[in-house]
Amino acid sequence: MLKQKNAVKEFFRKVPPLIFIAIVWIIAVFLIAIFHKFIMPQDPVATDLVNRLAPPSFMGGDQGFFGTDALGRDTLSRLIRSIYTSLTVAFIGSIITAVLGTIVGFIAAHFKGIVDEILMTLVDFQYAMPFMIMALLVLAFFGNNIILFVILLGIQGWMRFARLARGMALSAQEDGYAVAVKQLGATPFRIYARHIFPNVSNIIIVQFTLNFPQKIIVETSLSFIGLGIQPPETSLGSMMAYGRGYLMSQWWMAVIPGIVIFLTTLAMSIVGDWVRDNLDPTVVK
Amino acid sequence: MHITYFLGKIARALFTMVLVVTFVFVVLRATGDPAQAMLPEDATQQDIEHFRSMWGLDKPLYEQYGVYWLNILKGNFGQSYRDRRPVTDIMAERLPKTVYLMTLSIVFAVIIAIPMGVKAALNRNTFIDRFTMGTAVFGFSMPNFFLGILLILLFSVKLKILPSSGSDSWKHIILPLLTTGLAYIGSYSRFTRSSMLSVLNKPYIRTAIAGGLSRNRVIYGHALPNAAIPVITIIGATVGRIIAGSIVIETVFAWPGVGRLLVTSVGARDLSVVQAIVMLLSITIVTANLIVDILYGILDPRIRTKKGGV
Repeated sequence: MLKQKNAVKEFFRKVPPLIFIAIVWIIAVFLIAIFHKFIMPQDPVATDLVNRLAPPSFMGGDQGFFGTDALGRDTLSRLIRSIYTSLTVAFIGSIITAVLGTIVGFIAAHFKGIVDEILMTLVDFQYAMPFMIMALLVLAFFGNNIILFVILLGIQGWMRFARLARGMALSAQEDGYAVAVKQLGATPFRIYARHIFPNVSNIIIVQFTLNFPQKIIVETSLSFIGLGIQPPETSLGSMMAYGRGYLMSQWWMAVIPGIVIFLTTLAMSIVGDWVRDNLDPTVVK
Repeated sequence: MHITYFLGKIARALFTMVLVVTFVFVVLRATGDPAQAMLPEDATQQDIEHFRSMWGLDKPLYEQYGVYWLNILKGNFGQSYRDRRPVTDIMAERLPKTVYLMTLSIVFAVIIAIPMGVKAALNRNTFIDRFTMGTAVFGFSMPNFFLGILLILLFSVKLKILPSSGSDSWKHIILPLLTTGLAYIGSYSRFTRSSMLSVLNKPYIRTAIAGGLSRNRVIYGHALPNAAIPVITIIGATVGRIIAGSIVIETVFAWPGVGRLLVTSVGARDLSVVQAIVMLLSITIVTANLIVDILYGILDPRIRTKKGGV
């Protein structure tokens, strides 16, 4: 009992209050995303043309907590559904980025020579070419669908993972453990997957926590300009685009999803920075 | 001056351009029939024939690639099917608007951010330092379309002193300028701060102080020029990305520049326009990167003489 109390005390001593609040917020939005089906008060696409553009209940409305939009759809339900869509798309996108980047980095480090040169030139090329433009080009030529959109999000930022993974794999190859398992006859795949990856995963995880909020911004930006998530599906960005048309009279329609995006990316950025400062041995304090 | 340093940088820039053109060509070919993709649905047989011969679509793939290059080099990007005008004419109309907005934003940000970053570095852990770091985190997490909407709510809806869309008068530029400027201030000031901090710890600064130079002389004569290099990189990167950076902001404020043109063209699948903007954009980025590299070489002799550099 005493030990447990000390552990809690220790946790609060190590985690500053601001970080703690940020972590609580992140857990809350993830819980909302996971259980969105059970907590949406109404069907997010059900229209009710009699009760259109109702203000939030705390501003005198009688149509649900956040009111309704121009088609009478319940804003709170749409917000919950949007949190689910935005987080899911950003999460899958970040995983694709991490896996793709890490594999490219390992391949470059393993084969060296010409393979390394070609892959690193691609990395330079990606640094020079803004992701937004590449995404718009591909969306223009192939039209929009959700799978293509998620794959595109997966491309954003892969080169950071590739550079990190390559650098770490190059130095790990020289480490005693990698040399030892190689002598024992392990295949390259086994060495990278079972031995090198676990040793460098800390840094990959830190990079993941930094990439994830960027993904949310990229997804919401693309959805905001109308080229991301398409109706009837909704995301935080497309909700804001919809609300942009009602700024003069129903300002909350754009502001509510905006606040959710801002607080979520802010919380993730500060937690990500904090994690990096505490986990990443390459950061000198 | 080491000529090989500069030649190497130019070669790399050209190579990046080749990759961009090739990438666009591959994407275009991957759609199947470019004539079908690029021309409107009501295109006549004659239009299609003309398009095919212009881009050499009846020839083998490697020749198509050559023809593609020739057209690009001649600045021949075809016609917008929405406007029925050459893409180059449309660009000539839209580009100045974007350059005007984004250049002012960058200048505005530099004027505020650099003194702010220097001040923060010289007064570590004071209010100004925390404020600078706070602005940086804020600028990083705040999607600029949300910031734009908040500014519209405050200045256009509530106070009714500034217009929320269009570009007709000088008043129209203030809100988009503030929105983009604030985001840049966050990153510039953070870079200036960290760069100054690392320079201030160097022995030659201690020597300069010990030698009896005035505080201002040390800061502005010795520390800042040396701290400038990473700052120039980040500013150069935003200059190269002005069109990319303008996409969202021009949509929020209905600013009639290239960014908005790109968004509406993607939506309408006006592919000739999209293709032209992508090329133009890559040229801007590659040129900006090249200029930054050359500036580096001039500012820091170590870079152009040492192999590889920083």
